[in-house]
Amino acid sequence: MDASEALFLARTQFGLNIAFHILFPSITIALAWFLVFFRVQYALTRRPEWLATYRLWTKIFALSFAMGVVSGITMSFQFGTNWPGFMNKVGNIAGPLLAYEVLTAFFLEATFLGVMLFGMNRVPNWVHITSAVLVAAGTSLSAFWILALNSWMQTPVGHIVADGQLIAGDWLEVIFNPSFPYRMIHMMLASGLTATFLVAGLSAWRLLKAPGDAGAARTLRAGILVGAVLAPLQAWVGDRHGLNTLEHQPAKIAAIEAIWKTEKGVPLVLFAIPNEQARRNDYSIEIPKGASLILKHDPDAELKGLDAFAPDTAPVAPVFFSFRVMVGIGMAMIALAWFGLWATRGGRAPPRWLLWTFAGFTFSGWVAVEAGWLVTEIGRQPWLVTGVLRTADAAGGASGAQLGASLTGYILTYTLMLIAYMVVLTHMAGTGSAREDPRAALVAEAR
Amino acid sequence: MTIDLPVVFAVLMGVAVLAYVVLDGYDLGVGMLLPAASPREQNVMVSSIGPFWDANETWLVLGVGLLLVAFPSAHGIVLGALYLPVVVMLIGLMLRGVAFEFRVKAEGWHRELWNGLFWFGSFLASLAQGLMLGYYITGFAPGFGTFLFALVVAGGLCGGYVLLGATWLIIRTEGDLQRKAVGWTRWGLLWIALGVALVSIGTPLASETVRMKWFDFPRTLGLMLLPAASAAAWLWVWTLTGRMKRGETTSEWKPFAGAVAIYALAFLGLAYSVFPYVVLDRMTIWEAAAHPSALKVMLIGALIVLPFIIGYTVFAYRVFSGKASEKLYD
Repeated sequence: MDASEALFLARTQFGLNIAFHILFPSITIALAWFLVFFRVQYALTRRPEWLATYRLWTKIFALSFAMGVVSGITMSFQFGTNWPGFMNKVGNIAGPLLAYEVLTAFFLEATFLGVMLFGMNRVPNWVHITSAVLVAAGTSLSAFWILALNSWMQTPVGHIVADGQLIAGDWLEVIFNPSFPYRMIHMMLASGLTATFLVAGLSAWRLLKAPGDAGAARTLRAGILVGAVLAPLQAWVGDRHGLNTLEHQPAKIAAIEAIWKTEKGVPLVLFAIPNEQARRNDYSIEIPKGASLILKHDPDAELKGLDAFAPDTAPVAPVFFSFRVMVGIGMAMIALAWFGLWATRGGRAPPRWLLWTFAGFTFSGWVAVEAGWLVTEIGRQPWLVTGVLRTADAAGGASGAQLGASLTGYILTYTLMLIAYMVVLTHMAGTGSAREDPRAALVAEAR
Repeated sequence: MTIDLPVVFAVLMGVAVLAYVVLDGYDLGVGMLLPAASPREQNVMVSSIGPFWDANETWLVLGVGLLLVAFPSAHGIVLGALYLPVVVMLIGLMLRGVAFEFRVKAEGWHRELWNGLFWFGSFLASLAQGLMLGYYITGFAPGFGTFLFALVVAGGLCGGYVLLGATWLIIRTEGDLQRKAVGWTRWGLLWIALGVALVSIGTPLASETVRMKWFDFPRTLGLMLLPAASAAAWLWVWTLTGRMKRGETTSEWKPFAGAVAIYALAFLGLAYSVFPYVVLDRMTIWEAAAHPSALKVMLIGALIVLPFIIGYTVFAYRVFSGKASEKLYD
């Protein structure tokens, strides 16, 4: 068993876990705020369809949250077992950030989730709404801490070196490191879009089965509206994030754009097959001077290519393709949301093919989030903490046999969970909010 | 005066682990008891833990998180040595967590399937935690003997969780199910008595360090207060449930309190056995501790936030006090 094989298994296992885990926070972070909206709408209007909507989506939220919790617990164990070198080198910075996440966010969201899910008839209205707000605040706060850590690993500042270990010099600098604001907003919007298209997609699915469902019509409309605002906003924020990356991690941009050589007037590669051996692009379709124009706002500007950073560069193909998948889905989201807005103007009923399209886009946010995650995490290789710690130097601990056996167990469990999750979600949305709780209307009447 | 930060964090970590064992212990115990109840009772049992299990598991994240961030060098050793039981536990917790959510939404044989997975996951997680504990208190000694010892500890811990779960159900249920829970409590008591006795005999035999700490006259005399108090708590719960069985009225929360006391005392005994090691005979808490600057910033955060956590946890338990009903989302 050589070290590179153990490194490969450690990365595969951790990558699989984190890729599985991120699916659920990317829904719950934003869905929690949707729930607040549904709940407040019900409190203001007292209309039964808002209550039914709220109840349906709290159940979907609870399911997603549980999936996030159980896969997240796994992470807290694997930090130490798969990456002992990480904790040894930067534990004094990563540790407190993780500890603050647990202390300020995890308990808050988990405890008030109970009140939000099961306490509607046990606490006064305002306490119940406050619980929903606290759950949403908790999930967002959790994103804050974990993205602060991730961003610091990408663009580390504010630390000092003592006895071969890093300790924080200035915590505010560590937390609000150069890439943090961009990554935070980019991720929050990504979650917003994932939840929006989930809400719109499942509502469209329901409308295909039961065209008269008033609750589903409302949530589809809400999803289209939010999507029409967030999707273009995300394109703009993503562009700013890219410029920030160019400033602080130029090697990642060179991999994203498949720029092999440092040149002036660099073309924008729309499509190509990056050839790692020959260090060039095959079959490329390019816009002359496009990359220089987009990244430097000057068609003749010089851009650093991968040759400027060799040998510390990321594998180009996965970063290059993932980026295009992410951007492609983003563009499709803009087009679909805007067309949906136009098609439903003045309360028009959307055509069936449009409902099918939205239903098809139910989990599109997931694909974009995973693609974006691959871009940012593979794009920083070979570094785990840029300029400070290499991924290869952080691995170790568990043996190849242990990793292999546990990897099999994880894959089986995750596959089972993911299939069950998607089937249950589609089933719940299909049977819908109307049938959901016959007492809902009565409760609304009684108040 | 300077604060001994590693000791403070060892205490904090101990409190988090004890809180986890007691809190998730009762819901794991309820999970393990599921096959012993009728379908209608199963719904009541699950809804009695519904609002709490998420938050209960957060204490595990805090405990492991504190090990990771306050004693980073020990985290690698401990969890590296416990790698496979940890994976088994995680898979158990995953199955259980999602089965909890899925079973509510399922009907017919699907529900039976998720019920089965809920039980299986609860049992797997409890068993794995017992194995971890067993290996931990022997300092990860190699050999088949250690495995047997760990298996005994695992059996004892499962019994202990059943005890916690059953006494929890006494508080949260009524009628037939409550009567059943009284019976389960007494089984749990017998089980845990056997487990604790075997562990108390086995640990000093397995570890010289532990033997020296306990059998050192005259200190031993004072230390004997601990097992004496455990025995008293045990007898108290036995008497209480005996009265309940005969139909006499008594406070329903007392057996649970007694079970928690047994846990706390056993935990204190274990902590005393191991302290000041974080990995027995190999690494003390001072050797394993993170940099003081990191510990300080975490301590400040913990001191500010923990009172809030305790406050709203108490609030949530008050909101959901009283008897659980069959319907979860009321």
